[in-house]
Amino acid sequence: MSPIVKLLAQRIALSLLLLLLISIVIFAGTIVLPGDVAQSILGQSATPEALANLRAELGVNDPPVERYIAWLFGAMQGDLGTALTSGQDIAQALSSRFWNTLFLAFWAAVVAVPLAIFLGLLAVRFKDRWPDKTISAVTLASISIPEFLIGYVLMYFIAVQLRWFPSVAMVNDNMSLFEKLNAIALPIAVLTLVVLAHMMRMTRAAILNVMQSAYIETAELKGLNAFQVIYRHAFPNAIAPIVNVVMLNLAYLVVGVVVIEVVFVYPGMGQYLVDHVSKRDVPVVQACGLIFAAVYIGLNMIADIVAILSNPRLRHPK
Amino acid sequence: MNRHMQYLASQAAAGKLSRRDFLGKAAALGFTAVSANLLLSTAAKAAGPQKGGTIRLGLQGGSTTDSLDPALVTNTVGLMVTRLWGETLVELADDGGIEGKLAESYEASADAKTWTFKLRSGVTYSNGQSVTADDVVKTMERHSGEDTKSGALGIMRGIKDVRADGDSVVFELDSPNADLPYLLADYHLIIQPNGGNDDPAAPIGTGPYIIKSADMGVRFVAEKNPNYWGDLGNADTVEIIVINDDTARVAALQSGQVDVIDRVPPRTAKLVDRAPNITVHSTSAAGHYVFIMHCNTAPFDNNDVRLALKYGINRQEMVDKILNGYGTVGNDTPINASYPMYTELEQRQFDPDKAMHHMKKAGHDGAILLRTSDNSFPGAPDASALFQQSLSSAGIQLDVKREPNDGYWSEVWNAKPFCTSYWGGRPTQDQMFTTAYLSTADWNDTRFNNEQFDQMLVAARGELDVAKRTQMYADMSTILRDEGGLICPMFNDFVEATTDKVDGFVEGIPGQVLMNGYAASKLWVKA
Repeated sequence: MSPIVKLLAQRIALSLLLLLLISIVIFAGTIVLPGDVAQSILGQSATPEALANLRAELGVNDPPVERYIAWLFGAMQGDLGTALTSGQDIAQALSSRFWNTLFLAFWAAVVAVPLAIFLGLLAVRFKDRWPDKTISAVTLASISIPEFLIGYVLMYFIAVQLRWFPSVAMVNDNMSLFEKLNAIALPIAVLTLVVLAHMMRMTRAAILNVMQSAYIETAELKGLNAFQVIYRHAFPNAIAPIVNVVMLNLAYLVVGVVVIEVVFVYPGMGQYLVDHVSKRDVPVVQACGLIFAAVYIGLNMIADIVAILSNPRLRHPK
Repeated sequence: MNRHMQYLASQAAAGKLSRRDFLGKAAALGFTAVSANLLLSTAAKAAGPQKGGTIRLGLQGGSTTDSLDPALVTNTVGLMVTRLWGETLVELADDGGIEGKLAESYEASADAKTWTFKLRSGVTYSNGQSVTADDVVKTMERHSGEDTKSGALGIMRGIKDVRADGDSVVFELDSPNADLPYLLADYHLIIQPNGGNDDPAAPIGTGPYIIKSADMGVRFVAEKNPNYWGDLGNADTVEIIVINDDTARVAALQSGQVDVIDRVPPRTAKLVDRAPNITVHSTSAAGHYVFIMHCNTAPFDNNDVRLALKYGINRQEMVDKILNGYGTVGNDTPINASYPMYTELEQRQFDPDKAMHHMKKAGHDGAILLRTSDNSFPGAPDASALFQQSLSSAGIQLDVKREPNDGYWSEVWNAKPFCTSYWGGRPTQDQMFTTAYLSTADWNDTRFNNEQFDQMLVAARGELDVAKRTQMYADMSTILRDEGGLICPMFNDFVEATTDKVDGFVEGIPGQVLMNGYAASKLWVKA
């Protein structure tokens, strides 16, 4: 077996093991949460009878280990159980939410990633001159402001004052792609502003690091212009750290957008998760936790694999 | 001058004069804002509702964990959606009385123990089936059964038996209750085919609209029910969007994405009202924000401690600062003018000297611990801080402990001896007292145990003489004010807003939020 295949297999196995461990942590964590699902469902208007009836129906009294094993095997077969609160099939209810979240994350990434890398390259090209400084200042400012505030500010100026895009990013199946993109324009803008700086700075730093190497000097001496040097020689060698930070931000776009979903009323997974946490709907929380963990681990695994593959020493062993 | 006012009102109703200009002119002519507003809404009504169009509501309080089952409705979105597709036997009328919905008429026996409701004939569900007396019986059974999870279980307890009698339904009660129609107007008690036993969450009812799509906690779409028996329902389509974030909800109204919103934050309501195309409506209601003490736990088991705290709170300051004026002062009883048999009691004033006197008399030393959280009522931590300040001027030390929102209703409310909370109010005194002040009530969150009060409650329930009953409720409110564990500084108004695309909003309708939950079917889209 070539070392690279072995390395990849090891990396994937490690990811799966990590996911298994996280599943235990999620399950244990949700079990020890304080509070009572029946009380949370019925709220202030709960009578002791109604509480007892609901608890018995929900079957929250079985031993935890049994429940974990049953849950794990179910989850491996795609059966995430049913929600305690609504009685709906979780996998089914989650799938549309998950697609919505991926939809938003995808279009945010389509805008943000090329823009960040382009701005990063631009900053390197004009290092320490006004374009570099402007780009850094703007992106760092946008990452420093809380995302909900950016959301409110954009909402006020773009949706309320100018009326260019809607403030409520409500999407449903009857809408065309264009209508959907119009609806999510503001959340995409906010998410782009939030993730831009991180990726841009990392691109800039990684390429500048490479630019100090001897082979860059050689390329310059060959007579290549600055952009060609960056694009042909520096960028491929800086790709591992850039992919890493891009993947981290993609993971954030999927699992970290709860606040944006609430502010723009976007029917994604974040809002779904929060609603069920507050109602102590443990199976849904576990399912969401597992999916979020899988996304996070998966994207990081991809980043590692790209890093391995882009390293010539690993691709061409002696 | 009056004729001139009416002319102006009709101009304003027809949209030829802005509401603000109208109110300005009315003020110049010496009319108060209240009477001018009243004239305006009458004129708008006279202009007549227009049919057609889509009305869109942005509402707070929905969750993805909700169900369409009317028994499980706990929030505003659930109430508004249920009101679209379903109906109760009777309903609270705009004047605070009772009007028939699915029941055409009703009558009580002389002892108020047997009630007969005659059903309206020829009413069908949205699936084409006719409404039968048996459906009503099954519905009542589903909400009162041993294993029910219904939010109406508490009010169904006193009903011994429900039976069908031709096209009438007969209720037999354990003890006399003159308020039964008010109880049956509860929004959980939607009449469903076979009582909803087949599929409780199927939105099949007799309401003015038919639910076309329901995405819990996200969006609901309903279309006009072509076979609706009554005259409710002006717009062809109703769309309800759940917008829990306050700022987002107001922005959605300002940007014209929705026409109606509920719960305008009092802090910003005046700013929102300043926009030319938006009107903020405020309705005084039975809901109140409270500080509750357990009367059986030291130091609150001493009535002098309770009185000291009651004298040490500045009610007007709370209304001004916490509700920004969108509310009225409370008087340490849960009853206010929105109840049918209300008597005004002498208002307790903020009096640091009396507070100090009662605290000394009680001989209590040291700090008193108050627990609060953001979700116990909007602004509760701020109100607690105000309470702390006003008490310190009476030399009483109040420690405020901030509790997490999460789990507040299970860990703190109705469990800890002194905390902040809220009540939504009930349509009648009997229901409010029975829910929370009867010594045996599940939600007796002040641990109030007064034998005389309990006896009067039962006696008043069976009393059909309104004057006697009114006096009994006044006496009971007095007992609560002077001996109860309830500190009620304020009653909060419902603050709601509409854009100028819709018309027909009437302020002051008793009952629930948004015109007792009927805003979606009573408002109309202006042509």
